[in-house]
Amino acid sequence: MKLYLLPILLSLSFNAFAQTPEQKGFEIALEADRRDTGFHDSTATLNMILRNRQGDESTRVIRSRTLEQENDGDKSLNLFDEPADVKGTAFLSFTHKTGQDDQWLYLPALKRVKRISSSNKSGPFMGSEFAYEDISSQELEKYSYRYLRDEACGDETCFVIERIPKDQNSGYTRQLVWIDQAEYRPQQVVFYDRKDSKLKTLTYRNYRQFLDTWWRAMEMHMENHQTGKSTLLKWSDYAFQTGLSDRDFNRNTLDRVR
Amino acid sequence: MPNNLSELLIRWRWLAFIAALVIAGLAASGVRFLGFSNDYRIFFSADNPQLLAFENLQNTYTKSDNVLFVLEPANGDVFTAQTLEAVSWLTAQAWQMPYSIRVDSLSNFQHTYAEQDDLVVTDLVSDAAVLDAAELQRIRAVALNEPLLLNRIVSPTGHVTGVNIIVQLPEQDLAAETPEVVNFSRDLAQQLTQRFPHLQVHTTGVVFLNNAFTEMAMTDMRTLIPVMFGIIVLVMALLIRSVWGTLATVLVIMLSIVTAIGAAGWLGIKLTPPSASSPTMMMTLAVASCVHLLVTFLQGMRSGKARRPAMQESLRVNLAPVFLTSLTTAIGFLSMNFSDAPPFRDLGNIVAIGVGASFFYCIAVLPALMLALPVRAKPARNRSVAAMDALADFVVQRRRPVMWGMTALVLLLVAFIPTNELNDEFVKYFDDRVPFRTATDFTTENLTGLYNIAYSLESGSSGGISEPQFLRHLEAFARWYGQQPEVLHVNSLTDTMKRLNRNLHGDDPDWYRLPESRELAAQYLLLYEMSLPYGLDLNDQINVDKSATRFNVFLKSISSESTIGLEQRAQQWLKDNAPASMQVDGASPAIMFSHIGARNIRSMLGGTTLALVLISITLIFALRSWRIGLISIVPNLVPAGMAFGLWALLVGQVGLALSVVTGMTLGIVVDDTVHFLSKYLRARRESGLSPEDAVRYAFHTVGTALWTTSVVLIAGFLVLTGSPFALNSGMGLLTAITIALALVADFLLLPTLLMTLDAKENHETVPVADPVKSVV
Repeated sequence: MKLYLLPILLSLSFNAFAQTPEQKGFEIALEADRRDTGFHDSTATLNMILRNRQGDESTRVIRSRTLEQENDGDKSLNLFDEPADVKGTAFLSFTHKTGQDDQWLYLPALKRVKRISSSNKSGPFMGSEFAYEDISSQELEKYSYRYLRDEACGDETCFVIERIPKDQNSGYTRQLVWIDQAEYRPQQVVFYDRKDSKLKTLTYRNYRQFLDTWWRAMEMHMENHQTGKSTLLKWSDYAFQTGLSDRDFNRNTLDRVR
Repeated sequence: MPNNLSELLIRWRWLAFIAALVIAGLAASGVRFLGFSNDYRIFFSADNPQLLAFENLQNTYTKSDNVLFVLEPANGDVFTAQTLEAVSWLTAQAWQMPYSIRVDSLSNFQHTYAEQDDLVVTDLVSDAAVLDAAELQRIRAVALNEPLLLNRIVSPTGHVTGVNIIVQLPEQDLAAETPEVVNFSRDLAQQLTQRFPHLQVHTTGVVFLNNAFTEMAMTDMRTLIPVMFGIIVLVMALLIRSVWGTLATVLVIMLSIVTAIGAAGWLGIKLTPPSASSPTMMMTLAVASCVHLLVTFLQGMRSGKARRPAMQESLRVNLAPVFLTSLTTAIGFLSMNFSDAPPFRDLGNIVAIGVGASFFYCIAVLPALMLALPVRAKPARNRSVAAMDALADFVVQRRRPVMWGMTALVLLLVAFIPTNELNDEFVKYFDDRVPFRTATDFTTENLTGLYNIAYSLESGSSGGISEPQFLRHLEAFARWYGQQPEVLHVNSLTDTMKRLNRNLHGDDPDWYRLPESRELAAQYLLLYEMSLPYGLDLNDQINVDKSATRFNVFLKSISSESTIGLEQRAQQWLKDNAPASMQVDGASPAIMFSHIGARNIRSMLGGTTLALVLISITLIFALRSWRIGLISIVPNLVPAGMAFGLWALLVGQVGLALSVVTGMTLGIVVDDTVHFLSKYLRARRESGLSPEDAVRYAFHTVGTALWTTSVVLIAGFLVLTGSPFALNSGMGLLTAITIALALVADFLLLPTLLMTLDAKENHETVPVADPVKSVV
């Protein structure tokens, strides 16, 4: 047992043997978060494939860079390569454990960096079925948790936990998350909209382990049950600990990022 | 054969009676599968091209099924803290509406402006309750100058405002989903007026339209069927003046309806307003067949016969003609299967089953009941027969002027047919007793139209909606549409583009124009899309490939012809001014309904022709004469022609409902012809009378029966005119007119034609196959 878990475990020990579903849910999320820390930084290429109800498709290509922070949410930089008319556009975001995230977009055609109001984080990301809040760093502190049950998921057994966004601007009332018990990786998330109707299902596929430690899903499929549209994220060229630093995540140098 | 059959029917009458009840019971158990359909799309066949175009559009973007709340404050100004608070409250609540995916209102309109070097995207109204005069003024200025809001969400004078909710029904069980949304909306409207008593709230939209169809079907069944029962009892009491006879007839009618409606359940038919009028029609037609059987039976008793021989005689005389008229009526209704609109196919099939069932129950139920019940025949009054004889004399003596007069009248009325205008405005399907109609009329007069035309305008390449060239065409098209007198509101991507360009140039009004490069436009959109909250995205306006955009035009309350005309002008404009990729047809419910009348008239031409051929062949066989069979076509066709001509003078607008009337009435009006001709031929063949005397004989024997059954039928179809649903009331009225004119044609045109055409060849020798010499 890691030492830093001690205070939490101690605080839970008031009802020592009767762990509440909320406590258990939080612990599962905590363990999942713990297993994903320490990678320092990573880069990857993302192919985003959008499909509408009748199967028409469209692809966007994005290069993604992530930098882990000691005591705050991750920093990320997304560089748009396709479609050609947004090539060179750079999206920088600093997630925070508490409070609103910071987001900037560099528009090469205008040669300007624009701040984006992060109260609007529930809208679609590049016209896809992913909202910004679905693909941004899933910080532990952004939700409250409740353990529901154990359930088979594929060949594995999953914890099913419910998490409720703390942010008033979230597009969701709650999410159900399936986390496998072997490696604590999210396998599926079901999103419920503001009227608590089932809205979307996100399925993680094709997990691969990097540097013998960190698991990444090579495919993430989001299906919107209400509109029949879907989006597939295909990740490739994952690299870890590439030597990125805070200097590479600077709003003032967005115009020079390649 | 009829002889043996009538004997058998009398001998085994209890077996027949029980068999009838068993069959009715079996059929009736299908009622549990019956449901009401509430989807305007049911009026379109699966391969209807306008429906396919519209579905394609909906699948490319998002659905546009909506609920629209229109808020009318008592002080005539929506830009007050109180009213904007109400709008905010309603907007928040509307997200809780079942199946809602998008809510648009004044309060959550995504207002964009420049702040230093940043683009601010935010709700136009927040914390409405504490707004001061300056802020209210600012909101008013933004709203009334925003093309996306004007005549859609707010009126130009700011006296009403709308909250529009897009719902995406899962379509698993529409019968439950639509009422769920409607009930939620009605409840919400009530809560709103309780919280904000200064508001009048009107609710409309496609979901309310769909719901109105169900409510119409239910209303019609609830209100018209009891009226119809009343009329039947009255008519029976007057015609046969026998309590037991009336009760027995009512039983036959109920069994027929239960059988037909139960069969509809077994067949999986969902009731719609048109098919919900089937019970009324079946009652009318069932009475017409029962009356013949009962009248002859009671006449026999009056002339001193015992009950059993009187019934046997009645069956012998009536079995063949009642079978024949039931058959032709069924053929007429089955012709409705050619209609492009499934509800009318259902109506035709249900009534055809009901007609068949009522024939069966007439001969299977009436004998047992009439022989068992203490029926007494009261002496009949015979004033009518004298009047008929007088009419016969008139027609015979003045045959030339009558024939030419009738011919002139027919030609005159037929000449007016082309002046009928095709019109299917679905809002006007509901008369002003229907809340949906009044709410929609208020909305159209004060805020925005329910009729629209939508286009998926293709740029021709992936991401091409950002091409300056494409945007310029789009802007010009929007400007052209905005200048058309029929148009209330144009929703075009170019308005958003121009606004963003201005915002990103420090809100400088000089920059309210299209971006100059594709990259700039694409990056504006990217920035804007990233700034929009849940449910207010551009996915309803831009396809996934960003190669096409939805362009939407909202119209005033205009006729189908004007809608088609406007769309044709738009097509011409596109042809003259836009690249080939932009030349796409407009699609919408209004476009679908605008074409439905013409499509149905075309498809029904085939159905009506086939029915005419089948009915004429039936008559040629039944009357055993080519010549008379062919002559019968005239009085069978003329009534519908005259009726449409008269309709042109009285109403002037035809559409979906009336396209089926010719085929449907053909089978009914032919009955009169059959009765008249069979008596005429009997007199000619069996008694060797001259055409003139045969005409007199026909008038004398069936004249009374013809006008009484016609009165029953006219009364029955007139009941439908009480429906608040125009498709049903129009169909009822035109059918009643057709039946009335059929009587005129049979009394004035058919006899004069017979005397003229039959007289020319008096040597026709027809073998007299009918062994019966008696004259009824």
